[in-house]
Amino acid sequence: MEQRSLADVRALVKRHEKPARTGRKLGEEIFFRSLMNIASVLIVGVMGVILISIFYKGISTFSWSMLAEDMGSGFYLNRGGGIKNAIVGSLYLSLSATLLALVVGLACALCMNVYMVKFPKLLNAARFLLDLIWGVPSIIYGAFGFSLMVFLGVKTSLLAGIITVALFILPIMIRAIDEVMKTVPAGLSESVLSMGSTRSELSYKVYVRQCFPGIVTAVLLAFGRAVGDAASVLYVTGESSKTPTSLLDNATTLPVAIYNQINSPYAATQDKAYASAFVLTLIILIISLLSRYISKRYQKYRIY
Amino acid sequence: METQEMDAKMTGKKEMARPFEEEGIIRVDNLNLYAGKTHILKNVNIEIPKNKLTVILGPSGCGKTTLLKCMNRLTDLTPDIKVNGNIYIGDQPVFGSKTDIVALRRKMGLLSQRPFPLPMNIYNNIAYGLKLRGKYNRAELNDLVEYYLRQVNLWDEVKDRLRSPAVRLSIGQQQRLCLARGLAVNPDIILADEPTSALDPVSSEAIEKQFAALSKDFTLVMVTHVLRQARRIADYVIFMYLGEVIEMRPAQEFFEDPREEQTKKYLSGAFN
Repeated sequence: MEQRSLADVRALVKRHEKPARTGRKLGEEIFFRSLMNIASVLIVGVMGVILISIFYKGISTFSWSMLAEDMGSGFYLNRGGGIKNAIVGSLYLSLSATLLALVVGLACALCMNVYMVKFPKLLNAARFLLDLIWGVPSIIYGAFGFSLMVFLGVKTSLLAGIITVALFILPIMIRAIDEVMKTVPAGLSESVLSMGSTRSELSYKVYVRQCFPGIVTAVLLAFGRAVGDAASVLYVTGESSKTPTSLLDNATTLPVAIYNQINSPYAATQDKAYASAFVLTLIILIISLLSRYISKRYQKYRIY
Repeated sequence: METQEMDAKMTGKKEMARPFEEEGIIRVDNLNLYAGKTHILKNVNIEIPKNKLTVILGPSGCGKTTLLKCMNRLTDLTPDIKVNGNIYIGDQPVFGSKTDIVALRRKMGLLSQRPFPLPMNIYNNIAYGLKLRGKYNRAELNDLVEYYLRQVNLWDEVKDRLRSPAVRLSIGQQQRLCLARGLAVNPDIILADEPTSALDPVSSEAIEKQFAALSKDFTLVMVTHVLRQARRIADYVIFMYLGEVIEMRPAQEFFEDPREEQTKKYLSGAFN
């Protein structure tokens, strides 16, 4: 092919040129921009309505005594009592499950990103599998945990709940940390290894520092799922109207308590569900703020 | 006469006699490297003399960086790489199941194209390297950090902000910090992969000066594609083209009297 001259090319471009922002193009832009705006307003609006209704309805039925008293025998039958046992149960359950999942998940993500770099196919398969089990509904984990308990012949307990929830949030934890670790520049690993660091030093001294904000986000994500999930613990923790004192006690969690409160025939108890939801939202809010504060403090050391 | 004999052997490329008078500390022995099906390094036989600055020169994509990364086995991080032949540091083989690669890497610092400071503060960036090799008390650590920062002329610029994150430094300062960190591991050899390519002229000059000074006590191997830089600082030049070592000579001879056709072309700027 003969080479075109610049004048030629310019003439060609001019002949095919479309107007920049008139007519249909401008219409398209206005259409999609308004679509985006509507979507944003809708999402923020719906979130706002949910939060406001929880806060509004929750605060009106909320009382400090709720936080201080156990349910006792007749809580769902409007005979008084608080939700202390559910709050404590939820905190025990989700904090320990998150910790357990963090210990296992961090090691797993480090293994994938530091040790398995030589095997990209295996790594892809692992990521695919983790994504797959991420999507499995939590009730399946509950059922799995329950059948495992039956198999082992143990009774419902807080410990069984912790293990089940840890399993359920593990893929979330691993993949969230993994995604952050994927962004660590290869040059950093090379620099650190070429100083004569071992791979475990690279993992725990460099990767964990570099990815610290991401790890905090992963913990937050996992904790949010753990504290808010009712289905996975429905079968395995049993029910209790008292605050659990040992790992082998039965326990009630806030989401399950909310479910039961709404199912109650008494309107006053149903209203109290909002107070419980309010407490649950507050817990998540506090944990979010705390983790943001922690991750901000380490953010500044991140390279690139 | 002697050089001609040498060259005759070199063009034979199979068995290569010691090309330089000095004792070689890194010896690359018939190294072949394949990435997938691509043959990247072809029968590389070189010896790199001790306490000199050797420059590996060549156009982009000729395998310079790969050769450098073979020397401390960073190829371990890349999947699908096959290596034949071996490299010896002193008398220790780099590739081999019995090699303690971590111990071997401590003898070699690496300065990469872009600086990669550790995600810590300036002080700890140096202290990390020191702590890898042994335990020091606070005072010793302070002294050594100062010593290494002075070595790279960074101390005066950072002495008031040792506790601030290393990323806040400029790129040129970061590169010098990385050099100091590498030196803090107390290596014998410093490998540098185009260490000035991301830097401004002033910082580049600083690094070059540093290298010239360091070559008295360290073996330096520097990859570059900048001819003028090689001219300025090299003691020895290894010229590579398409995965092969074309010429390997003392710098002055290399630039004044290139023997091979490709070298002449490269030096006259025919490809770059």
